Amino acid sequence: MNKIVVGLVLGVVLGAIDGATAWFYPEARSMMTNIMVGSSIKGMVVGLLSGWFARKVQSTPWGVVVGSALGLLFAFLVAAMDAAKGRPHYLEIMLPGFVVGAIIGFLTQKMGTPGPATRGAQ
Amino acid sequence: MDLSDSALDHLRYVAALPDLTGTRYELESEIGRGGMGVVYAARDRQLDRRVALKVLDFAMVGEAQLIARLEHPAVVPVYETGTLADGRQFYAMKLVSGARLDRHLAEQPTLTERLRVIRRVGEALAFAHSHGIIHRDLKPQNVMVGPFGEVYVMDWGVDAVAGTPAFRAPDDRLDQRSDIYALGALLNFSLPAPTPALRAIVTKAMRADPAARYPDVPALLADIERFELGLAIEAWSEPLWHKLRRFGSRNAVVLWLIAAYTLVKFLLFFLRKF
Repeated sequence: MNKIVVGLVLGVVLGAIDGATAWFYPEARSMMTNIMVGSSIKGMVVGLLSGWFARKVQSTPWGVVVGSALGLLFAFLVAAMDAAKGRPHYLEIMLPGFVVGAIIGFLTQKMGTPGPATRGAQ
Repeated sequence: MDLSDSALDHLRYVAALPDLTGTRYELESEIGRGGMGVVYAARDRQLDRRVALKVLDFAMVGEAQLIARLEHPAVVPVYETGTLADGRQFYAMKLVSGARLDRHLAEQPTLTERLRVIRRVGEALAFAHSHGIIHRDLKPQNVMVGPFGEVYVMDWGVDAVAGTPAFRAPDDRLDQRSDIYALGALLNFSLPAPTPALRAIVTKAMRADPAARYPDVPALLADIERFELGLAIEAWSEPLWHKLRRFGSRNAVVLWLIAAYTLVKFLLFFLRKF
């Protein structure tokens, strides 16, 4: 399985799990489906981009940095959309998004087949 | 006129030096003595390079032929064979610089480096075994580590050699499994404080019953590689706590990240009302 597919699958699964933790907040239970779908899509995009990055750059530290930065960025976008609806939850969305991004970034470096070898600068 | 002991010793030494008249080599110095002869550093006048010249105590051209058949990066290449004016046979080979394994280990190399050397030795043995050749006398003194990390296995045995006690298998008939025993002994020698897994590899390689040892050198090397990758080894059915510890150390980063995620979630959950 190539790294982009690995990132995609991991992103969807971890995103769904992250979204499912909203169940612990009684006030959010009525929106569980929306939260889980939104979180899965966010995870999928982060996974896709992290997988693409892992194909280009084989470095675990950089994978974690890029994954967490992507996680933070997309979590910010989701939080901003939520805030626009009058529910500002920046910390609750961005902090876990940051860590999930780091996990996806790490795992895409470790799992999956890397891209075809490219020739170095001549 | 009386001769002092040291002068007599010197005369004996000079008299024993090989007469290289008629060869292309010029003697430099003695560099080692083995069970089958003496090794000298010499200069090849034709090619203007230094070589190692092994002068055999008795007719044993077979040894040179044996080594010449082994073209492997960890086997010292033989350049040519010949006969000295006094009838003794010799062969010229690459002059290897570096330290013997026992001296290399005295410099306290890392575990990774120790295992790297053992793997290189094992690869040379596996190659020799695939050609039907066994070493018979594997020991630290017969392994050289070069300045750039290159590893050479030397003194490939012939029938006259039966091994060195600490590294010799208690087998009636020496075969490939005897070399596996010696490689296990070499691994044991190379590790000051082996982990339980490495101790198990040594124990399996050095079993008194040849049939209970590893079936071949690649199987032993595979176990060493598994150890290095943090995987379970075949020589040891590890207890559960050890499996968990190995899993933890192999997946430390992801476990830390999961712990961080759980902590973040807990903090957010319990602090949300403040």
